[in-house]
Parts: sequence; structure tokens; C-alpha cells
Amino acid sequence: MKIRGNCPYLDSSGPESRQRWYNHTDMAFSLYLIKKTITLVPTFLGITLISFMVMHLAPGEPMTIQADFNPKMTPEVRARLRAEYGLDRPLYIQYWKWLKGLAVLDLGRSFAPDRRPVWDKIKERLPVTILINALAMGLIIVIAIPLGVAASVRQGSLFDNITTVLVFVAYAAPGFWVALLLMLYFGVHLGWLPISGLHSLIGYREMSWGEKVLDWCRHLILPVLVSALGGLAGLSRYTRSSMLEVLRQDYITTARAKGLPERRVIYHHALRNALLPLITILGLSIPGLIGGSVIFESIFAIPGVGQLMWSSVMARDYPVLMGNLVIVSVLTLLGNLLADIGYALADPRIRTGIQKGD
Amino acid sequence: MDAYVDGTRHQILWLSRMSKNPMAVAGSLIVVGLCIVAIFAPWLAPYDPQAIDTWHVLEAPSRMHLLGTDALGRDCLSRLIYGARISLLVGIVAVGISTLIGTFLGALAGFYGRWIDTLIMRLVDIMLCFPTIFLIMAVIAFLEPSIWNIMVVIGLTSWMGVARLVRAEFLSLKGRDFVLAARITGASDMRIIFSHILPNAVAPILVTVALGIGSAILTESALSFLGIGVQPPTPSWGNMLTEGKNNLEIAWWLSVFPGMAILITVLGYNLLGEGLRDALDPRMMQD
Repeated sequence: MKIRGNCPYLDSSGPESRQRWYNHTDMAFSLYLIKKTITLVPTFLGITLISFMVMHLAPGEPMTIQADFNPKMTPEVRARLRAEYGLDRPLYIQYWKWLKGLAVLDLGRSFAPDRRPVWDKIKERLPVTILINALAMGLIIVIAIPLGVAASVRQGSLFDNITTVLVFVAYAAPGFWVALLLMLYFGVHLGWLPISGLHSLIGYREMSWGEKVLDWCRHLILPVLVSALGGLAGLSRYTRSSMLEVLRQDYITTARAKGLPERRVIYHHALRNALLPLITILGLSIPGLIGGSVIFESIFAIPGVGQLMWSSVMARDYPVLMGNLVIVSVLTLLGNLLADIGYALADPRIRTGIQKGD
Repeated sequence: MDAYVDGTRHQILWLSRMSKNPMAVAGSLIVVGLCIVAIFAPWLAPYDPQAIDTWHVLEAPSRMHLLGTDALGRDCLSRLIYGARISLLVGIVAVGISTLIGTFLGALAGFYGRWIDTLIMRLVDIMLCFPTIFLIMAVIAFLEPSIWNIMVVIGLTSWMGVARLVRAEFLSLKGRDFVLAARITGASDMRIIFSHILPNAVAPILVTVALGIGSAILTESALSFLGIGVQPPTPSWGNMLTEGKNNLEIAWWLSVFPGMAILITVLGYNLLGEGLRDALDPRMMQD
């Protein structure tokens, strides 16, 4: 979609043409959104196919492994169970059946004694995981970007060197170890913060609404902090190098030459452009963040999806495993879509369909 | 012959650039030191890492046991030293597998383009949607948790970055004159890919190998910590931390030292990787 070379928005030729520009933008943007959403379909199918293959092509099928632990399992019972779960049918039929179930969020029933539907199990744990990851993401953005900008502006200074070293250390530190150390110091040594669960076990029911929120906050501080750590280090490093890249460009020199105050050059001219690649980086960091949930939720005993994953691996609860795998990957997929949308919102070249090469 | 001389000069150039980069030097020192520790573990360890000593259970660091003892009275320092073998082995084998897969698929995608490229890159996109730990755990659930399974599974789930990188290298290299020259001499596709183009893409691959080993070691330690990686009594830094967690209130040394070992190791590989990247990319030298 080619538009005339000079953009009416910059012409400042009155509100009317500005309105036209916005309308045009809206249409191009919705087209872009539709295109992006359509490309998600094959990726989604791929996710389901790989999840399915992982579960069914692995040595030993779910039923035999479960049966090995059960001394009462006779060949007849096993055959009956195989038929009940449809495991005696060809693989493509099983896949199709499973996919149809997935469409209506029917992921089968758990192998655990409670035999609850898998989706129910995941559904009740999803909000906690999403909450913690969203908070962590917010924390990452709020801390990492200013840190990276500050380091890039003072390139080579003591501050820059110290943050660089800290970032490297934070990036290499195993998150679960940092969690242990924080638990050891703030929980055991100082006794300031609770080290497990989502809320206090004793006296929680009697708390007032405000006290409950406070109690939640106290329990969430450490998990959120620890899950943010790795991403924080990564993003501030990317912000720094992205800023350095932009600060080298000619239009920054121009802005300085015009006599603009340095603050305006940094925050208005440079940062806005430096932020663009960071949106992609944030999108790419989502799987890592969600993956971290497994570790932090099991350390801090938080009843989220990660803990469910861990316990279902331990119990070899395959329907739950498979459901979990698909659901978190779809979450990641949606996160990437959000990042794409954010990118388009931030970059008019993509929003309006003008590509870089034009 | 000329090309060969050029190649060696280029190598010497980046080696000397690397030796001036403090990050790269620190990283190499850590990595080399670690390899020495791993290779000479039996001579360096003061005790047998498996020897149970019920008279000295959960002792704080002392002159006899420099880093203290665990719940079974085993010497922590010795277990840390032997743990280095596990970490290095997992890191190197897992990254070896992922680099082989990634390089092969990336080369095919970049060289042939068209539907092969679309197919492979779509597979990369899909694999990148799985939070790695979830995918690894799902596979591990079917297998006996052993060090070999862990290495293979980590390798099979972490090749996507290499594939993207190699593809990009191939895209920019396949149009060069030397590829055309090779084709005119009648070289087969496989020969062009592996003995003409690939050697020119080795440098960036080396960077991802160094960074990849660091992250593979982190993944292994996380899995072992969760009890689905390297199984006790084999000492790995991850499963030593599990013991640390179980004795958090009474034995801080069990939590502190293994984590530090992981931190230093991963830091070493990351520094090496970043230093290598800077040395190989002259543009970055101005920073």
C-alpha cells in the first residue's frame, strides 16, 4: 500500500487532512491485525501437533506407564482402558478427536484419583500465574528501561560499568538459587516476608479486605521479584545497546545541533526509536517468563499452572501435562500477538503499511 | 593459498582483539579453570563425593570440610568439584546436539529458500512458542530421568536460535562470488553448503555455542533442582541445591555454594560468548 511521499500529519495543514490520515491509518491497521491473526492459525496447529506427538510418540504409551504402577492391572482391564481412552485407534484419528475436544476446551480427564476435567484444573490456576507474570513484566519494564537508558547516556562511566557487571551477574544467576537466598535472608534470617503460599494459612479468613490485599502483596513480593530478575537483566542490556545504536545516528546530531536540551534529545528523539526493537524482545521473553513459573511456583508453593505442571510430571498425569503444554504455548502465542500489535502501534511504518524499504 | 593466508591472518586478528577484551579474558579464564577442575576432579577433591559420614552430618564450613557437609555427612567441596563434570558434560553435549540440528536446518532453509525455508522457519516459530521448561518436562515425564536423557532433550529443544542465525548467514553468503565459482566447478549442493559456505559462518556459530552452553547448564541445574534431572546420589549442582532447600533453616552453606558455582560457570560462558562476539564484529569495537 503506497501513500504519497509526504505525510499529511506532518504537513499540519489543518484538522481535516489530519482526520483523513487517521482514517487511513485505522484501515491499514485493521488489515495488519487480520493478517497477523491469520498467520497464527498454522502456528497454533503446529503447537497442537507437536504437543500431541510428544505425548504419543514417546517410548511407552501413557496407559502402559500408568499400568506398570498398578499391580491389579490385568490385560483385560488394560484393553478396556485403552478402548475407553481411544488409544487403540489410529494416531490421526486420536489427534483429530483431541483437536475437536480442544476447540471446546475439553482436554480430557486427569489420571489423578479425582478424575477432574483437565481444563477445570488449569482454569483455576491460570489467574495466579498470569498475575505474577504480568506483575513481573511490569517490573521489568519499569526498572530495565530507565536503567538501560541511564547506562547508555553515561557510556563508559563508573555507573555504566557497575550496571554492566550487575546485569551480567543477574543474567547468569540461576533464578531458583536467588529465590533460595532471598528466602534465607528475608524469610528465615530477618523474618520479614513469608516464604511460601499465596496468603497466610492462619487467620486469613478473619482478615478485612485491606488486610487480605496486604497479605497477598507480602506473599507476592519475592516470587515477582525473582521471576523478573532474568528478564530485567536482559532487557536493560538490550535497552542500552539499542540506545547506543540510535544515539549514533545523524538525526540525533541534528537535534543536538538545533540546540535542543539534552533531556529532550534523549527521551523524545532517541528513546522513542530505541524502544521499537525492545517490544519484540519483550514478546520473545514471554516463554522464558512463563517457563520460570514452574520453578518459582514450586519453590514458593504457589498454586499456579507451573506447580500443576510439576506435580503432573511427578504423577505422570498425561492429560494434564498435554493440556498444560498446549495452554501455556497458546498464552505465549497470544503474548507474541500482543507484542506485534504493540510494535505496530508504536511504529507508523508498519501501522500504515509503508515498509522500511519504501 | 591466498585465501588460506587471509584466513589465518583474520584469525590472529580476532584472537588478539579478544585478548584485549577484559570480558573475553575473564570468561576464558573461568571456562579453562572449570575444565581443569572437571578433568582433575579425583585429584582435587579432598574426599570421596559419595562417602557417607554419619559422625559429621550438616557441619558448618571448617578447616576439615572447607564448605561444610550435607545431611549425609558428605563433603560439599568434593561434591561441588565432581558436579563440575556433570555441568560441563551436559552443557557441551546438549549444545553439540542443538548446534548440529540448528546448523543443518538453518543451512537448508537459507540455501534452498522457498518452501523448504517456509517449512523450517515455521517449525522454528512453533518451537519458540513452547516455554522450553514445559516442553522438556513433558518429554522427561516419559523417560527415566537420567543425565543422558536430559542432555538429548535439552539439545532437541534449543536448536532454534542457531537455525535462525545460520539461515541469516546463508542468505547473505549464498550470493557471493565464491559460491558461484564453486557451482561452476560442478560442486554438489551439499559440498557448497558444508565446505564452502559453512566455514564462513563458523564465527557467529561459535558465539551462540558459548552462550548456549551457559543456558544449557542453567536449564540442567533447574531440572535437577526440581528432581527431574540428574538423580542423586550423582552430585550435580542442581540437586545439591535441592538439599539446600530442604535444610534451608539450619544449613545455609548447602544453598549458597552450589548456586555460586552455577553463577560463576554460566557467567564465564556468557562473558566468553559476548567477548567473542565483540572481537568478531569490528563495528562493536567502537563502543
